[in-house]
Amino acid sequence: MIAENANRRTHRLTRFSGPSGIRDLLAAHELLRNLWLREVRTKYRRTTLGQGWSLLNPVAQITIYSVVFGYVLRIKPTPATSSGLDVFVLWLAAALLPFLFFATVVNTGALSLIGNTNLIQKVYFPREALVLANLFSCLFSFAIELVVLHVAVLLFGGTIRILPLATTILLTILLAAFAFGMALLSSVATVYFRDTQHLLTLLMMAWFYATPIFYPIALIRQRLGVDSTGYVLYRLNPMERFTAAFRDTIYNGTVPDLGTIGIVAGYTVSAVGVGHFVFRRLEGRLAEEL
Amino acid sequence: MANLAVEVANVSKSFRLYNERNQSFKETVLRRRRSSYEEFWALRDVSFGVRAGTTFGLVGQNGSGKSTMLKCITRILLPNRGQIVTRGSIASLLELGSGFHLDLSGRENVFLNASMLGISRAAIAKKLDAIIEFADIGEFIDQPVKTYSSGMYVRLAFAVATHVDPDILIVDEVLAVGDAMFQDRCMQKFAEFRRRGKTVILASHALGAMERMCDELGHLERGRLVDTGAPHDVVGAYLVAHGPKRPPAEPPPDARVRITEIEMIGAHGFQISRVQTGDPITFRMHYWAEDPIDKPVFTLALTTTSGVCAWAQHSRDEPMMPSSIHGRGSVDVDVPQMMLQAGAYGLHASIIDDALAYAYDFKPQGFCLEVFNDSLAESKGIAVLGGRWGNALNGSHLHPPVGDSR
Repeated sequence: MIAENANRRTHRLTRFSGPSGIRDLLAAHELLRNLWLREVRTKYRRTTLGQGWSLLNPVAQITIYSVVFGYVLRIKPTPATSSGLDVFVLWLAAALLPFLFFATVVNTGALSLIGNTNLIQKVYFPREALVLANLFSCLFSFAIELVVLHVAVLLFGGTIRILPLATTILLTILLAAFAFGMALLSSVATVYFRDTQHLLTLLMMAWFYATPIFYPIALIRQRLGVDSTGYVLYRLNPMERFTAAFRDTIYNGTVPDLGTIGIVAGYTVSAVGVGHFVFRRLEGRLAEEL
Repeated sequence: MANLAVEVANVSKSFRLYNERNQSFKETVLRRRRSSYEEFWALRDVSFGVRAGTTFGLVGQNGSGKSTMLKCITRILLPNRGQIVTRGSIASLLELGSGFHLDLSGRENVFLNASMLGISRAAIAKKLDAIIEFADIGEFIDQPVKTYSSGMYVRLAFAVATHVDPDILIVDEVLAVGDAMFQDRCMQKFAEFRRRGKTVILASHALGAMERMCDELGHLERGRLVDTGAPHDVVGAYLVAHGPKRPPAEPPPDARVRITEIEMIGAHGFQISRVQTGDPITFRMHYWAEDPIDKPVFTLALTTTSGVCAWAQHSRDEPMMPSSIHGRGSVDVDVPQMMLQAGAYGLHASIIDDALAYAYDFKPQGFCLEVFNDSLAESKGIAVLGGRWGNALNGSHLHPPVGDSR
């Protein structure tokens, strides 16, 4: 009787498996689409600039950092090895945009569950869909930013070649997955501890300065020494690898070595694995904890 | 075990009642734990099965675990223990509306809602017109949901839940909202679901409506399923447990006079808790007056489960005016024929002063009366008027009626 009924589903409390599976999530593509549409429709509702805000924000940040670090503090970018570019703004943007994308996914992801209390308490659907829809909405903006950045690279006399471009796309997918894993953690953590959202702001600021975005990593290498423990620890930061890889493909026009991509992929798999595991363990009680 | 749409096996669910809810790291670190809480068991070892194609109802007082049970079935809550197996797609309508986004238009919400229930955009687009018509909200469908009245909100939610065509429809206390016309349409929709062999699970404390609509009832009391079976039997047992014997909940406003009990006495002089439409009934109000009370007025009222007053009478209306009461005593109201439709009614009693200004004692909803009707000659409303259909052309009454008189 069990086998003949395809619609049968069981949920039983076992310690390590939650009520839904990854297949549920994939089957919910229609829901994802609608949640994403909702996100896009309501995010800039009743603002004059509308979607323009999603582009204006990174542009403003790039401008500010360029003025402060490139003009006032005169930080010198490493000249591009292959493309011949030597433009601080592009050098900065190639690493800053991926970091901002990551930070936005984690920060807004933290609110994706508590901001949808009414849905979670009224209807059952795979809860990860909320985090995923938020990721897609951020990814959409990031993709536009990347296109604009590539146009800028061309305007400044750089070149775009197929292999680095393909690697950029691969890196974008990996970074999105890495951010998704972290957002799964930040979203449930915020439900259980509301402080998380405020703590995250601080954490992200520290993380930003701990990543060589507006300063070249050579500065840290000189200060700490290549073989020092400090430098090894410094390089454990996943975002250091990610931003360096993005800078390679977009600004330098080269492909990062396979080792870097391997490390980055490793971080991604771990983040998604841990995020998924923790989310599954805690999602069962979401409706009552919210 | 044949064709069970929902199987609930030994389900228990507890909630944490936080003494001092803290959601901050500081507190957690200081106390080395998240917070202190007590476990509250909303459901204890509940088991039942719902056969496919039937309507199952959960009755019980507020806080008995009805809503928690429904939320466990819909997977919104995860039971601590036990297992729930459901077969087929589920749509639910829990509390007021089901998760609309206030900034989105009704139309956008319909698509969002339907996709949460697993319905594709194309499938729901075909039904959009029917949904708008059923919800009766016209051009408001393109307005943000936050501009809706509560009635419109519920109507739209109900329309979506029923039009996504689930195998199992779960509705919590929806009968308590909306106007009479909409309630009527809900009933028709439930009936249609039944005809088409769909399973419906309802929760409500409106006993009368539940008895009429359901094939089987379960009675929850403080998280335990104390009774399941035919609606008639479950309601009967429910009234025995919660009806006339229930002690008055709140202390009387004036301790000097108290309504101690209301007996309901049937045709043969025995105490009853239910009465058949058309039968006589006597309400005997027992009182106890510590001090003498001059010219007391006794009142008695029956209200429907939706709070409509079906009948009320003052002893002064009759008139029956004792000059004074003192000590223990009782007064009777004889009703020669119970002319109310089948259903559960709240019985409200009070003793007030002769200016009808001051209540010595007031028992709102302190007691419960169930009216049943085996013949069902009239199908709707509150009152039984004993109407008969006739033939206007030849002036002769068709009695017994030809065909189905219902």
